[in-house]
Amino acid sequence: MEIGLNHYLVLSTILFCIGLIGVMRRKNLLLLFFATEILLNAVNVGFAAISHYYGDLTGQMFAFFVIAIAASELAVGLGLLIVWHKRHGTIDLDTMTSMRG
Amino acid sequence: MFEAVAFYLFAFLTITMFYITVTTSQALYALSTLAAGMIFISAFFFILGADFLGAVQIIVYTGAVMALYAFGMMFFDTTREVKEKNGNKYIVVGLSAIAAVMVVAIFSAPIISTNMQAFYPMVEGAGNTQQVGMVLFTKYLIPFEVAAIMLLVAMVAGIVLAGKKMDLSLTLMNAEEIQAIEDEKNKKVLS
Repeated sequence: MEIGLNHYLVLSTILFCIGLIGVMRRKNLLLLFFATEILLNAVNVGFAAISHYYGDLTGQMFAFFVIAIAASELAVGLGLLIVWHKRHGTIDLDTMTSMRG
Repeated sequence: MFEAVAFYLFAFLTITMFYITVTTSQALYALSTLAAGMIFISAFFFILGADFLGAVQIIVYTGAVMALYAFGMMFFDTTREVKEKNGNKYIVVGLSAIAAVMVVAIFSAPIISTNMQAFYPMVEGAGNTQQVGMVLFTKYLIPFEVAAIMLLVAMVAGIVLAGKKMDLSLTLMNAEEIQAIEDEKNKKVLS
């Protein structure tokens, strides 16, 4: 059986769906970061598959930039998370309501 | 044949690992299954002939990102169980499925129109790493430099945010010094 582009796109959809479920049901910010990593990886699989099946390198380029953005997002996000944890002792989303009017 | 076997095996493994990541109540399980899932994702890149991307995936994600997460988790209390949001389960799953299908629609919209051509076609007789280098340093040079500057900014931001008061070590100080720091903190709170 031949594996085509659609197989990879369906896999990408399933992984993206799992990541979104994680984003919606997680309360702990660290585990929410994990779910965003899953989202970015799901999109990367789609990019690499399209790059392979159309003989085009643009998909791989975009996957590289997605990886770079994920790394920098993580560095800044984790720094902010550590500062928040030092101040408040918790990283639950529900406690971050200081901007409520 | 082998491609199909590899695809289904790694698809099953990746989906299982990521499912455990989003459903487990232990942060350590989530971390280790996420690391395993990242490595299995790189297998897809190798199957698809994107060797350099697979190597970058392993180095950046399981090498750098996971190590950073592990360091971050030392600051947080990860031993207790994680509480979950108890929303309507059907709404969550339904919205996720709709959003995921929309992502595929975005991807496949240019495919349906049949006149799709390769923008930067693969060069014959060159390895994947060589092809990536040729395209990255000719067509995508400015985005590459901008990404480098962005990573530098992120590094400085991470150091500034997380590195405050890291020069003090409570384990290396004696009791009087720790008491002095505590007193100063209390004075600030009272005033």
